[in-house]
Amino acid sequence: MSLFDYKLSDLQEMLHKKEISVNDLLDEAYNRISEVDGDVKAFITLNEETARARAKELDELRGTPEGRGLLFGMPIGVKDNIVTKGLRTTAASQILDNLTDPLYDATVVQKLDAAEAINVGKLNMDEFAMGSSNENSSYYATRNPWNTDYVPGGSSGGSAAAVAAGEVPFSLGSDTGGSIRQPAAYCGVVGLKPTYGRVSRFGLIAFASSLDQIGPLTRTVEDNAYILETIAGLDQMDSTSADIEVPKYTEALTGDVKGLKIAVPKEYLAEGVSDEVKEAVQKALKVYEDMGATWDEVTLPHSKYALSTYYLLSSSEASANLARFDGVRYGRRSPNAENMLDMFKLSRSEGFGDEVKRRIMLGTFALSSGYYDAYYKKAQQARTLIKKDFDDVLADYDVIIGPTTPTPAFKVGEKTEDPLTMYANDILTIPVNLAGVPGISVPCGFSGEGLPIGLQIIGKHFDEATVYRAAHAYEQATDFHTQKPSLGGAK
Amino acid sequence: MNFETVIGIEVHVELKTASKIFSPSPNMFGDQPNTNVNPIDLGYPGVLPVLNEEVVNYAMKAAMALNCDIATHTKFDRKNYFYPDNPKAYQISQFDQPIGENGYIDIEVDGKTKRIGITRLHIEEDAGKLTHSDDGYSLVDYNRQGTPLVEIVSEPDIASPEEAYKYLEKLKNIIQYTGVSDCKMEEGSLRADANISIRPIGQEEFGTKTELKNLNSFSFVQKGLEFEEKRQQKVLEAGGEILQETRRFDEATKETLLMRVKEGSDDYRYFPEPDLVPLYVSEDWKERVRAEIPELPDARKARYINDLGLPEYDAMVLTNNKELSDFFQETIDAGADVKQASNWMMGEVSAYLNKQQKELADVALTPANLAKVIKLIEDGTISSKIAKKVFAETVENGTEPEQYVKDQGMGQISDEGQLREIITGILDQNQQSIEDYKNGKDRALGFLVGQTMKATKGQANPPMVNKIIVEEMDKR
Amino acid sequence: MSRISEEQVKHVAHLARLHVSDEEAERFTKQLDDIISFAEQLNELDTEGVEPTTHVQDLKNVMRKDEPKKWITQEDALKNAPETQDGQIRVPSILE
Repeated sequence: MSLFDYKLSDLQEMLHKKEISVNDLLDEAYNRISEVDGDVKAFITLNEETARARAKELDELRGTPEGRGLLFGMPIGVKDNIVTKGLRTTAASQILDNLTDPLYDATVVQKLDAAEAINVGKLNMDEFAMGSSNENSSYYATRNPWNTDYVPGGSSGGSAAAVAAGEVPFSLGSDTGGSIRQPAAYCGVVGLKPTYGRVSRFGLIAFASSLDQIGPLTRTVEDNAYILETIAGLDQMDSTSADIEVPKYTEALTGDVKGLKIAVPKEYLAEGVSDEVKEAVQKALKVYEDMGATWDEVTLPHSKYALSTYYLLSSSEASANLARFDGVRYGRRSPNAENMLDMFKLSRSEGFGDEVKRRIMLGTFALSSGYYDAYYKKAQQARTLIKKDFDDVLADYDVIIGPTTPTPAFKVGEKTEDPLTMYANDILTIPVNLAGVPGISVPCGFSGEGLPIGLQIIGKHFDEATVYRAAHAYEQATDFHTQKPSLGGAK
Repeated sequence: MNFETVIGIEVHVELKTASKIFSPSPNMFGDQPNTNVNPIDLGYPGVLPVLNEEVVNYAMKAAMALNCDIATHTKFDRKNYFYPDNPKAYQISQFDQPIGENGYIDIEVDGKTKRIGITRLHIEEDAGKLTHSDDGYSLVDYNRQGTPLVEIVSEPDIASPEEAYKYLEKLKNIIQYTGVSDCKMEEGSLRADANISIRPIGQEEFGTKTELKNLNSFSFVQKGLEFEEKRQQKVLEAGGEILQETRRFDEATKETLLMRVKEGSDDYRYFPEPDLVPLYVSEDWKERVRAEIPELPDARKARYINDLGLPEYDAMVLTNNKELSDFFQETIDAGADVKQASNWMMGEVSAYLNKQQKELADVALTPANLAKVIKLIEDGTISSKIAKKVFAETVENGTEPEQYVKDQGMGQISDEGQLREIITGILDQNQQSIEDYKNGKDRALGFLVGQTMKATKGQANPPMVNKIIVEEMDKR
Repeated sequence: MSRISEEQVKHVAHLARLHVSDEEAERFTKQLDDIISFAEQLNELDTEGVEPTTHVQDLKNVMRKDEPKKWITQEDALKNAPETQDGQIRVPSILE
C-alpha cells in the first residue's frame, strides 16, 4: 500500500495527528520516481532540494493553526508549461531547454504555495502542449503506466502518468483541446478542464489563449475538487479570468444524483467510437439510472466541424503566441546565427519540433492576407455555432455525458506518421474547449487489453460543482478508480 | 506641367500615464537601460497583458480634442512582426475598431481657416529601443516597451509642406492642452511620419506615394517634404516613375534618401487579441472624460479676443503654446492688467526665454511675481525702467518683487514734501535755468527734471517732479 | 486540387521566421495540404450573419488602475539573455 492510496483529506488528518510527516510524503514521491520514472518518463525536472526544505518548514507546522492550508503538505507535480520561479520551465521544448529561472511564479503556483502544497517537479508533455500522445516532447515520450508500450495521451501525459504510476498523488495539467481529459482517460485517473476563465492563465505558457485552461489530475473526484478550489478564482493578472465566486466544491459531493438530467449526444457514440468504449459508457448510464438520474439522447449538430475549427483557431493563436521565442531575451539562440534574420530563423528552426512548426505554419497561413476570412474568421463563426449547440442542450440538461476518447490508449509510434489521424483522438474533447464549458474525465472501465477507459461529464459554464457531484456519485458507485497499474510491482 | 501635392501624416504620441499600458512598470523616460521592465514587458513565457484604464481615458481625451467620434465598442488586436525591440513579436494595437474616428483640426492658411481631416486615432504599445553599433551588433533596451501610444492618422488633406508644418504645430498644441502628453520630439514622445505624392492638377487618382520616416523636428518634416515634392516632380517630368519607397531625411544634406522599396503591403496578420476583452464605452464614461478636457487653444483664443479684448495677433501668440498660455492666464488671474500682462509675455518674457534658450518651466519666474511687477508699475511704486531690473531679478532668482523693491530702496519717491525740498535746493543752484525757462526756453525744464532724477537716483515720480518744478518756478 | 503550394509554405515559413529546407518544405506542404483540405469542410457551413467568437465568456472593460510598481531588477531582466552588453541585450545587426 502506498501513502498515495489515501485521499487528500485522510493524508492531512494523518499529518496533523503526526502519524506521518510531510517528508514521508516526499520520500514516497521521490522513491517511487526513482523506482519507476526510468520507464514512465513522467518528469522533466525534479524540485527535490527546494521541496525537502519546504517539507522541513511545514513539518514544524503540523497540528498548528498556521499549518491549515487547504493543501497542507500535499506533494503535487506541475506540468512543465506552468512557469515556476527559480525552477527550470521548458514546455518540453529545446527552445526553452536553458530557461532555468523564468523569473516569476504562475498564479496557480503562487496559490498552491499559499495553500501549503509542495511542488515535487515539472512534468513531461507534448512540446508546447501540441499533441495527444506525449510523443512530441523534445526530451522523451512519457509511457502509459498501465502498459509502457502504449502512450499516456497528451499533452498532459506526464501529469496523468505520474498520478497513475503513484509518483505523485496530484498534478496540474493544461487543457486546450482535451490535454487533461484525454490523458486522464488513457491513464485511468480523474482530470478536470475547468470553465474557461475559472482558473488564471497567468504563467501558463500560452498555446491557444482563447482555449487554454489549467486543471487538476488526481486519483479521486474529491481530491480533484480540493485542488480546483485552491487554484480557481479571479486574478488581476489575467483579464479573461472571471469575477465569479469559487464555491466549496467538496460540499457538492453529496453522492446524490436523483433527478439529475443527463444529455447523451448521439454524435459522441457514433462511428469511430470503439465498441468497448460505447459499452463502458452505456454501462455508466445504467449506473446513473440506478441512482435515480435520467438521460436522453440529444444532438450537438455541429460536432463534426469542431476538429477543423479547433485546428484553425488554436494554430492561428499559437502562431502569435510562439513568436516570442526568437532567441533574443531568453531561451535558445542559434550559435550559427550571423545576422538578425538568421538569429530568428535558425534559433526557431533548431528549437522547435516538427509538430510545433507545422501548427505555426498552419496558423500563419490561416491569418495571412487573403486567407483570413476563408479560414480564421470562418472558424470563429463555426465556433459560435458549436458553442450554441452546447448552450441549447445545457439549457435543458444538467450535464452532458459521453466518452472522453473514441478508443483507449494506442501504441507508441502508431499514429506519429499522419497528423490528421493523431488529431482525431481529440474529437470528443475539443468541442468542450470551443464552448468554454467544464468537462471531467473519470475512469469507467478497462479494455480487453487492460487499458483504462474514461467517461466524460460536461457541465454548464462555471458549474463545476454539478460536474463534480455527478462524477463523485458515479465514482462512489464503481471501483474503477481504486485499480492500479502493476508497474514496478504495485505496492 | 503643373502638379499638386497630396500629403498625409501619421503621428505617434506617447501618453504620460504613471505606468505602462499593459504592465505596472513605471512609464519613465531617461532611466538606466532595462530598469523599468518586468517579465510582461520582456515577453516572458506565460505573461498576460492587463489594460491600464488611464490609457483609455487619455486616448479618449486626445480623440475628443481632435473632434473624433468615440467608438462605443472597441477592442485590441495583435499586429505580428519580428524585430528584437518587439518582445512578443506582436504589437498590441487596434486594427478595425479604433477608439476615435472622423476627427479634424483647423489650421490657418493665408489668413483663412483650412480643415484637415483625421481618419483615426488608435491605442497601441510602444516598442523597446534598438541602438545599432558599428561592430555588427545592436543593443536592446526595453524600458520604452509598453509605453502607451496613440497613433493619429490624417486624411490626405494636406496640400503643401507648409501646411504639414502647421498641422503638426496645431496637433501638438492641442494634445499639450489636453495634458495627456509632453509631445517632446527630442525625447520621442511625439514622432511623425509623412506620406507624400504629387499628381497633375485635375487628375482624380492619387500618384504613388513615398513615406518619410525618422523626422526629428517639424521643420525637418517641412524641409523633407519640400525636397521630396521637388524630387518627385523632377522624376515625373523626366518621364520617370515614382516607386513606393520609404525614405529618410538627411539633416546634413537636407535631402531625402532611400531606405527601402516596399514590395506589396506588409502582411501583419492582424487578429483580435484573445488575452484582452472588448471595451464598451458608455455615454457616461465619455461624458466623464469630456468634462476633464480643459479649454483648448481655439476656444481660448476666441475668448481672449472677445472677452479680454486682445488683438487677434496677441491672442494667437498667447495661445499657440500651452505653457506660455497657461502662464499668461495665471498672471491675469493673479490680478495683472490684461494688456500689460500680454505685453510683458510677448515682450520681456519671450525675449528672455529666447535669449536663454529656455522653457518657462526651466526659469524661476512665477505668474504671481510677474503680476506683482506689473502692479508695482501701475500703482506708481516703480518706473518701467526700474521694473526691468526687478524683472531681471525675479526671473533669475525667483525673488519676490515687492520685498525686493523695498529692500533695494527702489520705490519711487512720490512724497510731495520730500520732492519739494529736493527741488527747492536744485532751483537755488540753477538760477540761470529758471530765467531761461521764464524766457520761454522749454529745454530748461527738461534739464531741471534731469537734475532732480539724478539727485534721486531715478526714483522720483516723474509726473510729480514736473508739476513741482513748474509750481516752484512760478513762485520765484 | 492542392490548397497550398510549396512556394506558399516557404513564404509562410519566412513570415513565421522558420528555416525550412527543400525536403522539409515538400513534406510540410503535403501535410498542411491534407489539414487544410480537411478544414475546408467548414465551407459546408452557412455562416452568413453569424458573429465570430473571439472570447467564449462575455467579459468586457477589464482594466487596472494606473499604479506603477517595480517588480524585477536589471540583473533579473538580463539574467536569461544569451548576450548582454552595458545593461542591454546584444543581438546581431540586420546586416552582416
